[in-house]
Amino acid sequence: MIEPDAIVQKIQTALPDARVDVQDLTGTMDHYRACVISEAFEGKRLIARHRMVYAALEDEMKGPIHALTLEVFTPQEWDNQP
Amino acid sequence: MSNDKKISLPLANPEASATPPATRAEGGDIQSEIAREVQDHSILLYMKGVPQQPMCGFSARAVAILASYGKPFHAVDILQDPEKRQGIKEFSNWPTIPQVYIGGEFLGGSDILMQMHENGELGEIIGEL
Repeated sequence: MIEPDAIVQKIQTALPDARVDVQDLTGTMDHYRACVISEAFEGKRLIARHRMVYAALEDEMKGPIHALTLEVFTPQEWDNQP
Repeated sequence: MSNDKKISLPLANPEASATPPATRAEGGDIQSEIAREVQDHSILLYMKGVPQQPMCGFSARAVAILASYGKPFHAVDILQDPEKRQGIKEFSNWPTIPQVYIGGEFLGGSDILMQMHENGELGEIIGEL
């Protein structure tokens, strides 16, 4: 189990400019969805972006976080979403 | 001690002609077995459970997406093999299950699979197999 803001903090430590929204999907504090918006994703394929977020949460992914669904955008992609 | 030098023609891709990675049964280790599976199957899904009975929502979603393309895929139930469950995370440097390989390339987990399914990229990749 882990607090949502602990996840936000860890991601922002790795991606200082990131806007991060974390949702507890099941109320059990171990199934999360995270939406991350950062310039650092610019020009990077989906899998590279996911790896960046997983790298920021390396320890948490080994236990406290059971499942993490990721949505990753650059600010431009986020702005021109339908 | 004569060491007869065999003249071997430089092969375009020496690895390709090398013997395929060995499975554990053949004396290899878990990493070589995974490398073998990735090489042997054009669509490969490491999941929890089996396609007919997935044991986790994310795995079930991956099965449904892959099945929608009507091409056979090879599913491996990592719940039956704890060593492989850990091994694939190291092999792909990816912490979660399910994990999808297409054409020997690691694609990602179920949310990447879903996004690529929705944006048509997955259809293209599978079409090229």
